[in-house]
Amino acid sequence: MELLELLNFYVIPGIVLGSIYALGAVGITLIFAILRYAHLAHGDLATLGAFIALAVVTALGVSPLVALPVAIIATAAVAVGIDKVFYEHLRERPKIVTVMASLGIALMVRSVVQVVWGVDTQTYTRGIVRPEDYFGLRIRDRELYTVAAMLLLVGGLQLFLTRSKWGKAMRAMSDNPNLALLSGIDNKKVVMLTWIIAGGLCAASGFFLGLNTELKSMMGWHMLLPMFAAAILGGVGRVEGAVLGGLIVGIAEELSVLVIPSEYKAAMAFAILLFMLLVRPTGLLKGKVL
Amino acid sequence: MEFLGLVNYALFMAIFIGIYALLALGLNIQWGFAGLFNAGIAGFFAVGAYTSAIISTPPADGRFGGFDLHFVLGWIGAMLAAALVAWPIGKICLRFRSDYLAIASIGIAEIIRLVIKSEPVLTNGARGISNIPRPAGDIGYMESQVAYLIIVLAVLIAAYVLVERQFNAPWGRMMRAIRDNEDAAKAMGKDVEFRRLEAFIFGAALMGLGGALFAHFNRAITPEAIDPMVATFLVWIMLILGGSGNNRGAILGAAVVWIIWSVSEIATDRLPHEYAVQAKYIRLFLIGLMLQLVLRFRPEGLLPEPLRGDQRTAKTGADQN
Repeated sequence: MELLELLNFYVIPGIVLGSIYALGAVGITLIFAILRYAHLAHGDLATLGAFIALAVVTALGVSPLVALPVAIIATAAVAVGIDKVFYEHLRERPKIVTVMASLGIALMVRSVVQVVWGVDTQTYTRGIVRPEDYFGLRIRDRELYTVAAMLLLVGGLQLFLTRSKWGKAMRAMSDNPNLALLSGIDNKKVVMLTWIIAGGLCAASGFFLGLNTELKSMMGWHMLLPMFAAAILGGVGRVEGAVLGGLIVGIAEELSVLVIPSEYKAAMAFAILLFMLLVRPTGLLKGKVL
Repeated sequence: MEFLGLVNYALFMAIFIGIYALLALGLNIQWGFAGLFNAGIAGFFAVGAYTSAIISTPPADGRFGGFDLHFVLGWIGAMLAAALVAWPIGKICLRFRSDYLAIASIGIAEIIRLVIKSEPVLTNGARGISNIPRPAGDIGYMESQVAYLIIVLAVLIAAYVLVERQFNAPWGRMMRAIRDNEDAAKAMGKDVEFRRLEAFIFGAALMGLGGALFAHFNRAITPEAIDPMVATFLVWIMLILGGSGNNRGAILGAAVVWIIWSVSEIATDRLPHEYAVQAKYIRLFLIGLMLQLVLRFRPEGLLPEPLRGDQRTAKTGADQN
């Protein structure tokens, strides 16, 4: 097979899919590291974000990209609300109880989507988009937007985490919660910030999945496994690791079609997850193991 | 006629409660005894159902097996197969906190779903496997329903007695010690990983058996027979509502939740068509909300785990992890 063909049909879609996973995996890795539990409703929150954007697009008739900020803000608010109503009072209990609660939240969020928007497949825009040709590489505009938005959002987040006071507080909570609390960091604010960031990124992830493929009520749930695989592959708690992990999982899923039947594409993420847990549970960039 | 219909419905419901109670008992070994989070119950259920179907159906063209063996062998095979699937997952994930097992068990359920859909040689694809022999199935309809209910209850009672014996036996006490304070149990020389693996595998085997009972009851198994997420979630809410760590609680929870679930189905089926679809998802929302409410207001469930010795000290001990 030619190199260009390999790039066009497998690597570029892989990078796009990987960017989508990366957006979700960053949120998962932050929640895992700061709040210390696996958040199983993450995928369905992404679905909600995608459908909120769809509501804005159909109601106002604007371009999907304009709807994205609205979806990000709305989903962040929903995430904070879910935390306040359902997770906050479980904080003193063993963390695994919150994991269980989040499985219930996943079901609830999904059924809200199914009741409000139905179960049929939908899209943001109609018609077929032809890819542009860049020196033989065939790339669609929306694919460029996806990767660019991912880099922008994660770059901004990384700046926030390393430069700002609250970003440092979040990192301190992740590194050593007891020490962070002793030095006077407001746990409630850190938790809220974490949910704002995770919820917003979730919406972006769901939105771009919807933009590049189509919107389905189960789309987020099927992203959950790849997103967790990406977070663990990169190292729990490492934002840049989650991006790296997301890209690897995305590309691996697309390339897997060359060796295994395409029905088993979704199994790739699971294989990566088990392999990392077996060989190097700290991930590529030395994250933490809970 | 009306009366017979009601009796038939009650029988049907009782059989399903028995099957779900088996799943809840299996989950109780994993979660109630050992604190392991299994979100892939439907996967083990499906493995059990298909294994038993392959072992006990008459030979068929175009797919593996049909070994035409006795159904008891099918049920034993179902338990072994589910245990065999659970083993590598447990082996890899149980070294870490239960969050990792939660993710991996979602993954394994997903993989099992993929295999069932895309390996027609094994599972006959979307058409599923039919002609599964039903024990005492060749007598009259009502009699065979009653007979099957008796068989399900016998299996359930046997499982209950075995699991309940373990609750107060050294093994059960050790498992709860590991669940409540892993470090202390380790310091006492318990092999924590191996014991957790035991609990995970025993639980998975019971779930496989539940799947086999389901397949033989329906005489057929198809990929669409159960919705994986809904089934998994129903078993969780059964155990949590009934009382995790309490075997009677698991069975009670199965009965309560299944009655609510199927009665609400009758109610929503009577709605006009345009609302019926939405009502189905509202039911799912409410069952999710039910879990949140139980976790918040009655985390110990209807029948709390029996604590031995001084209740007060034992309780604070359990809360401290």
